[in-house]
Amino acid sequence: MKSKKIIIASIPLVIFAILVLIFKSSLNKDPRKLETKLIGNQVPVFELASVNSPETVLTNADLPKEIFLLNVWGTWCVSCYAEHPYLMKFSKEYPIKWVGMNYKDTHQDAINYLAKYGDPFIYSIADTTGQLGIDLGVYGAPETFIVDAKGVIRDRHVGVIDDRVWNKVIVPKLESIGWNKSGME
Amino acid sequence: MIPELGHFFLILALVNAVILGTLPFYGAHTQHKGLMRLASKASVGQFILVLASYICLTIAFVQSDFSVSYVANHSSNITPLRYKITAVWGAHEGSLLLWIVILAAWMAAVSIFSKALTPEMRARVLGTLGLISVGFVSFALFTSNPFERVLPFIPIDGSDLNPLLQDFGMIVHPPMLYMGFVGFSVVFGFAIAGLLQGDLDQKWAKWARPWTTIAWVFMTIGIALGSWWAYYELGWGGWWFWDPSENAAFMPWIAGTALMHSLAATEKRGAYKSWTLLLSILTFSLSLLGTFIIRSGALTSVHAFANDPERGLFILTFLGIAVGGALSLYAWQFDKLKSNNNYTLISKEIAIVLNNVLLFCCLLVVFLGTLYPLIADYFLEQKVSIGPPFFDPYFSFFFAFILFLIPFGQQMNWKQNKLKTIAIEQFILLALAIVIAVFTIFSLTGELDLFALLGISLAIWLMLSCLLYLYAQTKNAKSQLAGLKKLSRSYWGMIVAHIGVAVTVIGVIVTTIYSFEKDVRIEAKHTVQVENLSIYFEKFDNYTFENYISSQATLKVSKNGNYLTTLKPEKRRYQVSNQLMTEAAIEPGFFGDLYISLAQPLENGAWAIKVYYKPFVRWIWLGALIMALGGLLAISDKRYREKKFRKVKAIKEEGLV
Repeated sequence: MKSKKIIIASIPLVIFAILVLIFKSSLNKDPRKLETKLIGNQVPVFELASVNSPETVLTNADLPKEIFLLNVWGTWCVSCYAEHPYLMKFSKEYPIKWVGMNYKDTHQDAINYLAKYGDPFIYSIADTTGQLGIDLGVYGAPETFIVDAKGVIRDRHVGVIDDRVWNKVIVPKLESIGWNKSGME
Repeated sequence: MIPELGHFFLILALVNAVILGTLPFYGAHTQHKGLMRLASKASVGQFILVLASYICLTIAFVQSDFSVSYVANHSSNITPLRYKITAVWGAHEGSLLLWIVILAAWMAAVSIFSKALTPEMRARVLGTLGLISVGFVSFALFTSNPFERVLPFIPIDGSDLNPLLQDFGMIVHPPMLYMGFVGFSVVFGFAIAGLLQGDLDQKWAKWARPWTTIAWVFMTIGIALGSWWAYYELGWGGWWFWDPSENAAFMPWIAGTALMHSLAATEKRGAYKSWTLLLSILTFSLSLLGTFIIRSGALTSVHAFANDPERGLFILTFLGIAVGGALSLYAWQFDKLKSNNNYTLISKEIAIVLNNVLLFCCLLVVFLGTLYPLIADYFLEQKVSIGPPFFDPYFSFFFAFILFLIPFGQQMNWKQNKLKTIAIEQFILLALAIVIAVFTIFSLTGELDLFALLGISLAIWLMLSCLLYLYAQTKNAKSQLAGLKKLSRSYWGMIVAHIGVAVTVIGVIVTTIYSFEKDVRIEAKHTVQVENLSIYFEKFDNYTFENYISSQATLKVSKNGNYLTTLKPEKRRYQVSNQLMTEAAIEPGFFGDLYISLAQPLENGAWAIKVYYKPFVRWIWLGALIMALGGLLAISDKRYREKKFRKVKAIKEEGLV
């Protein structure tokens, strides 16, 4: 009888302990630390429509011939809404090109989104089926790849880029591969 | 200088909180009067210190001191003054400071308004709140200091507050919501104090009850404001998204609702002491969990929203200590919690159990839906995301049972009832409600939607049942007015709050089922027809405001040929952040809103616009306000203000002994 009561009394504590374990692991599984096999490789070959003008077909040849950032976004991605103002700001304030990759989205939604919140990208690649995303090993949106002038992926960041991430992670990485804030390479 | 002063006050507040969180407990343990009295003074002191710190941060915003990085990131030279002041809680660091200020305000309030408590109880309640303050003030100081400077390169201008937050709704919503979130810490304090004391009498519930209700009232208003803000500001006419941050506020609200009901049974009948205590702990734990979800980005490994593992770990540790400690204490003292089990199957006690079970099911739906991505990731290594298709049906399913239960529950007396009388009355009302619902729905829409019929019948039934309750009160009184006057404020509170539930349910159901949405193309000087509305696009202008440029379309709307209104939906470009915002134009109405937003420009000055009609949408928030009013009525009941000798009498009258 006594031991039965102790068991009942401890149930809430046990459930809570399990939850804490789960939360703890979710913190450790920080997606930003994910590695990609693609670092050091070329951007996978693609041939996809442009979000901005659907008749235009974009290929690897259209990628900028300088260091640039490839940002994976989607209108279904709640965090992209949070990230977007930062992209607007960084694209305005820093001399670096942003290429958008509109991931698993419909064309109309993507157009509406850019019209409503502004367009920080030189253009966005429409990856409607998600094939390029699979080739890139995209984990989820938003995600940003640092690509150099030769089209080689040098690094990746999973998750929202805000002021803190930009200054502490992205800019140092960009600088380590030869980019600088004044825009000279 | 001023930011350093603010930082300094915050450090002093930490020291003060450490004193408050330790010495009064020791005093209560050793019966040292002086140390117990210290609790009150330290609580008021805590409030003054953190308020001073908060004012310093506000001054930094008003003076546009961009050497403070938090100010530089969330304000600018051209941000209007009112938004400079509210930008203080526009992001993580400052809103945490607001959290701390509100917590201290609750502490000061407890120390002022609970003179009737025994000195031990008071010392322990305030001491617990002091410990919570230690956690949050150190969180601010060590991981999220709002006073951090960016030296030596001071930005010339800041990057402005997120335009989404430059809005009236955002001025009032966060403080209200926080009042609720943090307010549940008081009942948590009572629970800890009660557990430490070991003997939990009905007085305990009587003390804890008004504090729970007032926190619940704030939270109700806060959630309603948030929903209203999302509706008019986000530009797509939705009022609830089951977003993790919304659920973070909704979960403690549901638990708080259950707690209010079970506290009633504990206070009046001495029933369910153990459960009520657990629920008090749970409610505040969910508040903390909400803070964890929003601030740490635990859900970010899946959704990636402002991920910051360092902060996450801090809150998780704090959550572990606070909740783990409380639950261990609960397990330790479990034996001593003896409840009164003297009731029959047909009684208010059982109705309250059912209420709690059903609310708990609703809570579980929201909890699982919100955390399932984490759980699936942990056990199945799967990445999933859950949306309205999961929440809507399961939540409504359990909520329908709640709606079915309320009319019976509120008619019940404590201990025992004759089910037959109540059942006959209520089923007659239900039949009447179905007839009204069928007639109304059919005459207005020409068809019968099954879900609409079910929901609206239940809501009308609930309203009728509330009216019957009031009518029954007048039956035996001299006059009708005298009967209603005799009804105590707490019963008025219950009836009013339940009417609020019915109003919200009607709003939710009608809006969800009967809204329509149309995308149309509109050209200057042309008219388009949408259902029975004709929309004439008169002109398109640009205006310059303090920190944004507005492009407005002027649309003249007529209904069935008669002029109705002129709507001016806009696009705003905020100059500092270069962000584009869509401001919908709304023609509000008691029975429905016309909602128009600009989608995107087309060729030759034409525009794509979205036209929504949202019937009864205002009822959702109106109902929430009525619920809050009910809560206010309940705490204004005179038994909370009575002198001691009358208190005893009242308890006897209520059949406690």
